[in-house]
Order: sequence, then C-alpha cells, then structure tokens
Amino acid sequence: MTTIRRLVRWEMLLAILVVALIAVGATVSPVFLSANNFSNLSAALTEVAIMALPMALVIIAGEIDLSVEAMLGLSCAVLGFLWAEGVPLWIGIPTVLIIGALGGALNGLLVTRFMLPSLVVTLGTLALFRGLALVVLGPRGVSRFPEWFTTFGFRNVPGTPIPWPFVIFAILAIVLGFILHRTWAGRHIYAVGRNVEAARYSGVRVDRLKLSLFTLSGVVAALAGVIFTARFASARADAGEGMTLTVVTIVLLGGVNIFGGRGTIPGVVLAFFTLAVLGNVLRLTRVSTEMQSIATGALLILSVVVPMVAQQLKLAIERVRRDRHPPSVGHIAGAEAAGGEEAI
Amino acid sequence: MTETVAATSSEGRLGRMVTTVARQREASLVAVMLILGVFVAVQAPQFLSVSNLVPVTVLASIIAIVAVGEALVIITRNVDLSVEAIMGLVAFSVAEILSRKALDAPAAMAFGVGLGLVLGMFNGFLVSALRVPAIVATLGTLSLFRGFDYLIAGGKQVTLTELPPGYTDPARWTIVGVPLFVLIAVAVVVVTSLVLRQTTFGRQVYAVGSNPDAAAILGIRRGVVVFTVFSVCGLLSGLAGVMWGIEFGTINAGAATGVTLQVVAAVVVGGVNIFGGSGTVVGAALGALFLTLVSNALILLRLSQFWLEAIYGLVILLAVAADSFVLRRLRRTFTGRRSR
Repeated sequence: MTTIRRLVRWEMLLAILVVALIAVGATVSPVFLSANNFSNLSAALTEVAIMALPMALVIIAGEIDLSVEAMLGLSCAVLGFLWAEGVPLWIGIPTVLIIGALGGALNGLLVTRFMLPSLVVTLGTLALFRGLALVVLGPRGVSRFPEWFTTFGFRNVPGTPIPWPFVIFAILAIVLGFILHRTWAGRHIYAVGRNVEAARYSGVRVDRLKLSLFTLSGVVAALAGVIFTARFASARADAGEGMTLTVVTIVLLGGVNIFGGRGTIPGVVLAFFTLAVLGNVLRLTRVSTEMQSIATGALLILSVVVPMVAQQLKLAIERVRRDRHPPSVGHIAGAEAAGGEEAI
Repeated sequence: MTETVAATSSEGRLGRMVTTVARQREASLVAVMLILGVFVAVQAPQFLSVSNLVPVTVLASIIAIVAVGEALVIITRNVDLSVEAIMGLVAFSVAEILSRKALDAPAAMAFGVGLGLVLGMFNGFLVSALRVPAIVATLGTLSLFRGFDYLIAGGKQVTLTELPPGYTDPARWTIVGVPLFVLIAVAVVVVTSLVLRQTTFGRQVYAVGSNPDAAAILGIRRGVVVFTVFSVCGLLSGLAGVMWGIEFGTINAGAATGVTLQVVAAVVVGGVNIFGGSGTVVGAALGALFLTLVSNALILLRLSQFWLEAIYGLVILLAVAADSFVLRRLRRTFTGRRSR
C-alpha cells in the first residue's frame, strides 16, 4: 500500500512539473500554447516515447533491453532496402515487424534459455542489429516514399493538432497500461520483477513471460522504425543512434525501479511529457540545446535522489518523535485493559 | 555437519575452477589473437608494418586503460556508463585550454587527468553516498557530462594548428620499438593488477562484488570501496581522454562518442563477470586489444567495415554464452546440483 501511495505521489510530482513547465512556456513565448507548437512538441520524441512503453514492462520484470535503438535502425534499413528494390510498403512494413519480433525473441531466448544477463545480451544485439542494418543498406539513404506514407509521418489527424504517430503512442499506452495494471499478465510482470523465484514457485511461467516481453519490445522498436522512416521521409541505417539512453531515461524518470517490480505506465507517459515540454521550452527560450542534455541528466539523478532523501527525512523525523514520546509500558497495558473490557 | 564441510570444499573447488576459467579466458584470448594475427599477416602483409601496428596498438591502449577502470567498477557489481562522456569532456577541455594558451602542455594534461578524477568522484559520491543505482547514476552523468562538453564547445572544434607545436607527437613516440602509449597502458594494467591481487583493498574489491552483504558484515566499508573504484575509473578515463586528444589532434565536443560500448564489450570479452565478483584487469585489457585487432583485420582484409558492428555483437554474445556454458558445466560437476 505504501509503495502504491509513493508512486501516486511521484506521478503527482511529475504532473506538477509538467504544469509548471507549461506555465513557464506560456509566459516566455506567445507561440507556446499554439496548436502548431503542440504538434512539434509531441512529434519530436515520438519514437522514443513509443519504445519507452514496452521498455517499462521489461524493466518492471527485472530485465533491460538496450538493443531497441538498433532494432529501430534495422527496421528502417530493411524497409528502405525493400522499397528501393521495388517491394511495396504493404509487404515491407509487415516484414520489418516480423524481423522485430524475431530479433526480440532472440534476445528473449538468450536471456531465458541460456540464462544470460539481459544487460550483456542486449548490448551484444545492440551491436549486432546495428551491424546488420549497415550491411543491408550501407551508407546510402533511401527516400521517395509514397505520399500517403510520409503524410502519415508528419501530418496531423485532420482537424486536430495531434500528429498521427502520437495516436499510435496513445493507443499503445492505453493497451499496455491496461495489460499492466488490470490483467493477470500485469500482476505476473510485477511478481517476476519483485522476486523471480517466488513467482516461479507460485506458478508464473517466468521464461514465457520474459520471452513475450522481449518479443514485444522488438516489434514495437521495429514499429518505431517505420514511424521514424515516415516522419523523416527517408531511411538510413544509422537511424535512432543514441536513442536507448533517452528511452531508459524516460522510463526511470517515470518512477520505474531499475531493479524491477515497481513502476506504472501513467508515470512513463508523464515522464515523456516532462521531457518533451522541457525540450520545447528550452528551444523556444533559445536556451542552447545543450542545456537539454544537462537538464535530462540532472532530472534522472534527482528522480532517484529526491525520493530517497525524502524517505530518509521521514525516517529521521519519526525517530526523533519516538525518542521524544517513548510509548510508556503502562499506557499500552492500560489500552489493552480497556480493549479487554470492551470485549467483555 | 559433514555435508556442510563437503559443500564448502566443493564450493572452494568451484571458486578455484572459476579462477581457472578466467585464466583460460586470458590464454584463449591470446591464442585467438595470435591465430588471427598470423591469418591476417598472410592475407595482408601490411598488417605487420609499423605504419599499421603503431596506430592500432595506440588506439587499443587508450581503450584498454578505460577498460581497466571499467573492470574495477564491474567487479564491485556496479557499472560506469559515463566513461565516454568523461573522455570527451576531458579531451575537449584540454584542447580548449591549450588553444587559448591558458596553461602549458604538461599542466593542461595534468588538469585533464585531475578533471577525470573529479568527475569519477562525483559518480562515486552519487552511488556510494546517495545510494543511486550505478546504472541510473552514470546514465545521468553520461548526459550531464556530455551536455557540459557541448556547452563549453558551443559547436566549434579545436584543430591541430591551434595546439602547441609537437603536442601530438607523443602518440608516435616509441621506446625500443614499443609505442609510448602501449607502455603507459601496460604500466596501468600491471599496477592495477598488483593492487587487486596483492593488497587488502584488492581483496575488498572482489569481496564487495561477490557478496555485498557478507562484505559489510566482515567490516568492509562498502561505500569507501565503491567510491574509490569509481574515482579510479574516472581518473583512468581522464588519462585516456588526454591520450585521445594527443592521438587525434583535432577535437570537437563529440569526441569518444560510443566508446562506452567498446569498453564494456572489452571487459565482458575479457572474462569479467557482469554481475561482479570475478575477472581480471589483464583480461579486460586483452579484450580491448582483441576488439581493436578484429576491427583492423576487417579493414585490411577489405571486408566491409559495416560487418564490424555485427561481428562485435557476435563476439560479445559468444563470450558470455561460453562463460555461462562452462560455469554451468562446472557447477553441475562439482556440486552435483543443477544450476536451476
């Protein structure tokens, strides 16, 4: 119960931070609250945000997937290669999604069957997938994608300031949020993250669960690759380089515990908005973009330090209070006697 | 009672076997490198030329020095993802100081190493005093340090002509045919290895990594050990950053981007257990040399450079898979238990 209460409080903090940032943005720049700016704001981190959702589940289950950015690049490269070879997109897109599933399943198999640490496995596949992307497409870029595809990438849903990719993020957030917080599968994910042995003995099929989470992470990363290609109207093998760090940052900033067992999807969504609004405010106020990297790093560290310091403070205060008013033996005995009388 | 004794002795034997495996990793890395070297030398004779070997071993030395620091951190069951940002920030700051002629070359280099130490101490403070998980803390400082790097650079770069004349020469200096940088790396490996194997502190580093709680009960001050390894890792990254600047001359804020991956790969390939408690710095340094040689071989054999990343990935996966396979076999043989 206390953990739930603390998480709620963490999400409240993030929400307050987002509102404060929006207020700052609105005062410093007249265009901040414009519809056009909302489109820019939500588009800039779309792929990162989409990959952060399955990453949250993976980390809550006590594992990590560092290979997502490379899978995004591989998906981009294969999609571009197939398109350049004259394969239509309605075949190309399902193909890269299948490749994403296979790559994710490879991660999952190495972690579950060979019992290897996911940190190392996905570090290996991070290099492997990126290498394959470079082998498939080489240094060239592929463009001239059909118009409907690029329109999907950077146009809004007609009549709203909401970009199409953001719709995908929203749907994915709702579906994964529902699975994590409302179904037995979600409870299994928490159980595995809290205590894997206890979960195994309570009948959770740990290996199958982890395998599906890694597969999901691979598919979603491939989907992010498709969106990336559409948004930039070009496919390159080096797409998404360095994104994993931002993905993990969003997940941890959202209150997910790096050691597993704790975290929520709403927290991750709020963390995405925090970073997106922060980046947007910094851009509009013409603060150098380098500050964004500094602010992100500082936020990440503070997101762990602040709750910990708060916890320590609370403990210290309780200790002082207990020392000042030590519970007297007579008092307790009296209470017991009173309770006993009542029972009679 | 007898059961306990038997279990303890078999655990002890297992421990020795684990050490043997680590030794075997070093020996097998050397063997693989020799075979690779002979093969490449036959296919492409320029492999053995001085103009090829010097830059390759110099680059390997820089990576190896960082890998030694990273190995120390990983042996204590932590990880430092910020090494590339420390290298980049140090390399750019030193170049900037030199181009403004604020300090002379030796002082600027000393400043660089000192800056690395301070940044490492900051990491150590976050992890040991504030109890931030190492992966989170160093992910944060990775963006933080790189952000400062871009902030002071402001998009410009320091070119070779702005540096004092002859500043980049040491990268080509050799002593009895061995590049100076290689000797520095060997010295770092020897000193660190001696400290790990011969001193109480070295024992404490392994103790903290193999069982943090038991180490605390034994009276080992975990916080001090962890703080020290992060500081040393920062110091060595600073040293590597200074050497990076000397090797490449022209430096921008993006220097050493992506090195963390290579360093962690080198450490893992070198047989250091990612969960801490076992591994040697010699292995980590050999891992760095091995990965650099593979990359050089690809270029010389005119294989596409694009295969490099994919092969890196495969090498990492094979190394950990081999480790886990051998360990599981050993555990089954010596304790009669299934690992599951």
